[in-house]
Formats: sequence, structure tokens, C-alpha cells
Amino acid sequence: MTHPSGEELIAYREGEAAESAAVAEHLRECDGCRAKFARLNEELTALFAALDTLEVPDPGGDYGQRVWKEVAPKLQPKLQPLRGDASRDVERVRWRQGLFAGQLFGEGLFTPRRFAAFAGVAALVVVAFFAGRGVRRPDVPVANNSPVNMREKVLLLAVGEHLGRSEMMLTELSNTEGKKSGAQLIDISIEQKRAEDLLSENRLYRQTAMELGDGRIANVLDDLERVLLDVAHSPDEVNGAQLQAIRERIETGGILFKVRVVGEELEERQRATPAESGKLQNNRKKV
Amino acid sequence: MTERTGSPLEGDAGAIERTLAGDRDAYRVLVERHSASVFRLAYRLTGNQHDAEEVVQEAFLRAYQKLEQFEARANFGTWVYRIAANYSIDRMRQKRTEDARREEPSSRAPESVERSVMNLVPDGRPSPERLAQNVELRKQLARALDSLTQAERTAFVMRHWHGCGIEEIAAALESNSGATKNTVFRAVQKLRTLLAPVVGQAAGARAMGSKGVA
Repeated sequence: MTHPSGEELIAYREGEAAESAAVAEHLRECDGCRAKFARLNEELTALFAALDTLEVPDPGGDYGQRVWKEVAPKLQPKLQPLRGDASRDVERVRWRQGLFAGQLFGEGLFTPRRFAAFAGVAALVVVAFFAGRGVRRPDVPVANNSPVNMREKVLLLAVGEHLGRSEMMLTELSNTEGKKSGAQLIDISIEQKRAEDLLSENRLYRQTAMELGDGRIANVLDDLERVLLDVAHSPDEVNGAQLQAIRERIETGGILFKVRVVGEELEERQRATPAESGKLQNNRKKV
Repeated sequence: MTERTGSPLEGDAGAIERTLAGDRDAYRVLVERHSASVFRLAYRLTGNQHDAEEVVQEAFLRAYQKLEQFEARANFGTWVYRIAANYSIDRMRQKRTEDARREEPSSRAPESVERSVMNLVPDGRPSPERLAQNVELRKQLARALDSLTQAERTAFVMRHWHGCGIEEIAAALESNSGATKNTVFRAVQKLRTLLAPVVGQAAGARAMGSKGVA
């Protein structure tokens, strides 16, 4: 083989070189590379020894018990699967248990971003409430303004907008310029940051959809969450192959198609409340 | 009977099985057994105790929520490591973004680390013992680690302090093994460059010392 590069020598030292036998053979025969490897080995040994002087504080012998005290109240019992409508009740019970037992607080509900998403939903409730009162027709049954129906309307509006923004971000990412095999790095930090923000909202909407028993929306949001997670966890800069892999993940699950279909369904359902649907339709036209 | 009581001697597999069967307290065995090692990993990933403790708690919460996805043949400790590493990447990335908005970047620039590390060794012959005792130097080492991206830091810490394989690290980074090897390599190269002035001389001093003994 040719003289191994510094990267190959480090990989060989780590036992991770794809061609370790070839590198070993070369080192036996080449004095220059053997000397280079000896210097590298000495340098890395010293580097790791220096880093080993960084101490980790001792959390104490009772640390495990302290962690358990913090974690235990936030764990929901793992219930056995139930059949029929009862399973939906279980999901609702879990949601309420999670909320009041502090699970959502434990996940950082009141971090600034989630608080913003939550505040956004709360603001929409107020807006939808007054908008609903303003546009109510005389022939609309009173039952349609029950708290549950109002929450469903707010969910439709909020999720519709959320899907519009998600679709826009994923479409932009899919259309980002970049050669499949190119080594040039492409900055996707803006999309990544947007995916992080959308992820927080998505979790909140999915949980609300589950509470309201809207399994279809919850399922699409669940699929969307996985794709958003992929994007949010990608490096800030990706090469052509990595970008292509992200695109394939977007395309494989057909998430853009699902988002569009559900978005259009939501528009249909929103038409029952025209004052609220105007904003949603405007948003989707931008996509 | 002893299996049902959640004895500390119970294996991970038994505790997982009972947890999945609805016995929430069985999870306590796993939390108490693995908390300290997850804390060590989390501390090295985050560089401070507060974030490390948050990562530990969140890792065990997430592990509980995803326990159905855990494969029985896998190692629970390794699995929860992966979850902790993955969460700490998110947490520290978000924190860095927020810090970057508030702080001047100059204090974290890699070249400032190198300069200050060089200033620490004016006589050129620090012994390994002196290195270990030098509190200021440890701050510089910590700062060098801070200069890595969170993915590089995670890859390096998992590899060198916790002996994780490339596949495990790749799973934590949600990447492939080729890209993960590159990430480990980049981390090592950055640390070599940043710490070369000190480490190189320390190695030289050690080499001279060993020759003297021989």
C-alpha cells in the first residue's frame, strides 16, 4: 500500500482502520512511516494522559437513589394494552397523568420555546373563542361551541398552520442545491434551527390531538416528528451525500404527501368556521 | 420471591421485564445501578455538574418511555449511554446557540486557548505530575474540549473515556460509521493542534525522564 495518511494511522491506532493488516504490513517495511507512527503514538498517549487529569466530581454514594427520587414521580405506569374504546381512555388517562404528574414539566415544557408554543395555542384559544362568537350564525347549534368543539377548532387551525410551516421547511430542504457526491459542505443550519422549533410545537400538538382522540392527526404528527428529529439532529453543514440521505428520509416515508393531504383535509374542516380559516388558507398558499 | 422485590442483585434483563409488565418500581434497580456511570459520561459531555445531572434524569426518563423498543440482547447500560449522549448534544447545542447570542465570541476562540496554554509553560519542561496539579492547565484542557463541536466532543468522550465502539457512537450521533470515524478523527486532530504546545513538551519531558531511568 502507499504511505498511510495521518488519519489512517490514527484509525489504525484506534483499531478502526478498514485496512489494518495492510497498514501493519506497511509499518513493518517502511522506516519513515514507522517513525511517524511512533511519534504520533507518543503524542496521542501524552494528549490523552493530559486529558485524563480532568476530574469528574463524585456525585456521592447515594446518587442513584437521588436520581430515582427525581425520576420516579414522572414515570407513567406501563399499562397493559386494552381493546376498543377503552384504549383511547387509557391514552387520555396517560395524558392527564403525564401533565399532572409532572412529565411534561420534566421534559421542559416551560423552556422558552415550548412556553412560546404553549402561549401560542393559548392565544389562539382566545382569538378563536371571540372569532367564533363574532361569526356564529343563528342556525348553528349551541353544542358546536362547547369547550371540546372549540378546542378541536383551535387544534385544526394551529395544526394547519404548523403543517404549512413544516411543509415549507421540508420542501426548501428537498430543493437545496447540492451534488450527490460533492464534498463541498452545504449550510443547513437555518433549516436545522427551524426543525428544532417545529419539533417543540409538533410534540405539543400531537399530545393535544391524542387527548382529543384525533388519531389521524396524531399519527401524521408522529410521522412528521421523526423527520423533524432527523433534520434537527443533522450537522450544521452537510456534504452532498448527507443531504441526499436527508432527502431520502423525507421522501421514503412520504411525509410531504401526508402533510399535504391532511393539510387539505383540515382546510375542508376549517371551512365551517370561515373567520378562522382565512389565516390558514393564506398560510398554505405561501407553500 | 427475591426477583419480585427488586433486589440490587437482580439482573438488568429481569428488571426490564418486570418494568414492562407494569411494575414501575422495578425500574429503580436500573436507575440506581447505572446513574453514576451515566453521570460521568454526561459530565464529560457537558463540562458542568448542573447540565450533567439534568442529562442523567432526562436519559432515564426517555429510556423508560422507550423501553419497549429496547432489544433484549442489547446492553441496557450502553443503550442509556446512547440516549444520554444524544440528549446532551441537543441540550448543549441549544445552550451554545443561546450563549452565542449573549456572549462575545473572543473568549472561546481556539487560538486564544492555544496562546494561553503556551503561556502556562514558560520553562518548557512541565512534568506529568505538575500537569496534574496545575488547576489552571486543567481549565485550558477543559476549554480545548469546549472548542469541539458537540458531536465531536460526544464522539471523543464516548470513544476515549467510555470505550464505546464506532457503531454505538454512530447510533448516538444518528450518523453512519464512516462519518463517525471522521468525527472522532476531527476531534483528535483539533485537540492535538490546540494542546500541542503543552502536551508535546510533556511527552518530551517524559521521554527524557524514561531515558534517564534506563
